[in-house]
Amino acid sequence: MTANNEPTIHVEHDEAGTNVDHGDHDNAYSGLLVNDANWAFGTDFEDPLAGVDTTVPDGVDAKDLGAYCLMLGDDALVFSQRISEWCSNAPDLEEDIALANIALDLLGQARLLLARAAAADPELVPELPEGSPVPDEDRLAFFRNDLGFRNVRLAEVPNGDFAEAVAKILIYSTWRLSIFERLTDSRDTVLAAIAAKGVKEMSYHRDFAGRWVVTLARGTEESKSRLVTALNGLWPLWSELFETHPVETAVAEAGIGVDPATVADEASVILDQVFAAAGIDRPERGGLAGVGVHGGKGRDGLHTEALSKLLAEMQVVAREHPEGQW
Amino acid sequence: MVTAMLETYPTDTRTADITDAEAIDRAWAAAERVTDPEMPMLTLLDLGVLRDVTIENGHVVTTITPTYSGCPAMATMRDDLQRELLEAGFPDAEVRVSLTPAWTSDWITERGRQALKDAGISPPGSAPVRTGPVALTLMPTRRAVTCVLCGSDNVRLSSEFGATACKAMYQCNDCLEPFDHVKEI
Repeated sequence: MTANNEPTIHVEHDEAGTNVDHGDHDNAYSGLLVNDANWAFGTDFEDPLAGVDTTVPDGVDAKDLGAYCLMLGDDALVFSQRISEWCSNAPDLEEDIALANIALDLLGQARLLLARAAAADPELVPELPEGSPVPDEDRLAFFRNDLGFRNVRLAEVPNGDFAEAVAKILIYSTWRLSIFERLTDSRDTVLAAIAAKGVKEMSYHRDFAGRWVVTLARGTEESKSRLVTALNGLWPLWSELFETHPVETAVAEAGIGVDPATVADEASVILDQVFAAAGIDRPERGGLAGVGVHGGKGRDGLHTEALSKLLAEMQVVAREHPEGQW
Repeated sequence: MVTAMLETYPTDTRTADITDAEAIDRAWAAAERVTDPEMPMLTLLDLGVLRDVTIENGHVVTTITPTYSGCPAMATMRDDLQRELLEAGFPDAEVRVSLTPAWTSDWITERGRQALKDAGISPPGSAPVRTGPVALTLMPTRRAVTCVLCGSDNVRLSSEFGATACKAMYQCNDCLEPFDHVKEI
């Protein structure tokens, strides 16, 4: 270990190219570092918005823009983390890969949105010891507590069976696609570009989930019953998606964001199309109550217990090594 | 002009006294050699990821556009571009990300499509043109896909998602060959 406790890997090779054993420094993966030109993707710390003009448009409160991007980024990040729990656990390889791909798309969107939030309002970004190499979007992802997260609670609820996974992805992507389609007209060109990309990706997600919902509903009694149970369980989280937070009101008025209440009808119609094709009824259950006298919900930073557990797992390594080089 | 260039590229004699036009030609040639890390049969230019190479204030600026938001190869593409440009005599080359317009599979060149075919990967058809809300599609996506091995059009979609973010998986019903198809986006 070096003086500042940064992990290092020492690799030496003999003439045959075999790793020389250094006892407790030996690392099973050290051989991978011999030709490091392409040894691993995505391990770099680099600005995902490098060269992109992140100037806040005229007439826009940078704090509102930052808070709004944080909400959207947290939705994508937390839901991505939840879906990625399926990796190696799906019913077959194709669906495993599909779920991992969906999680990856959402993670990419989260990264851009959190980077956009940090660029708009640097005060959002948690402080770390001087010299920490952790970039802003990772600081936001790994160094905030549950009360700082602004995601809707649908994104955080624990996974159930495969029917629950596709039902949840259908609900999320139906809602989100309607918002992102409008967000492509945002006066904030960065947000508009992130949305334009996201629309293409989430069109695949919604179709994937919609087809599985129809397939399960029209499959066996067992698959239909599991799907209906999953939809009933998720339905209390539906209405929250269309409740307008004051930040969303402000960004909608400024022409940079979307008031989710304005997409409620469209999203409902699309979901009803899937239910009609599936031959099932729309669940009839009221919304999950908020917390405290003001009824705070996900956008207010008030979450279910499940988020704390998710964050504990997601953040533990980064928090152990705030100055770590990966 | 020559004096300015000397100040610009002080560390490399190959680019110390060339004009901007020559520098751009040389930088393009270098940038065009860089291949996609996940589909190495394609150059970044053929993939449509490399959007521009220019000279700004005496240094080379290349612009790339991500294929998918979560594409994990972006950092590698950037490193590969910078290394290739460094080797061509441009140590201070800058790589910028452009998010607008969003990448579309329509930007894959004819040469790129042929390279995909030659490598056993089915190239994309035309990307969907959208006016208004995205339509829900509950039936399997219909594409004019033919088997990369035997040419049969009797193929089935096994998954809309594949080994990389940009590919779907197919299988030929005649020769049973499983193969990748680059998705239309």
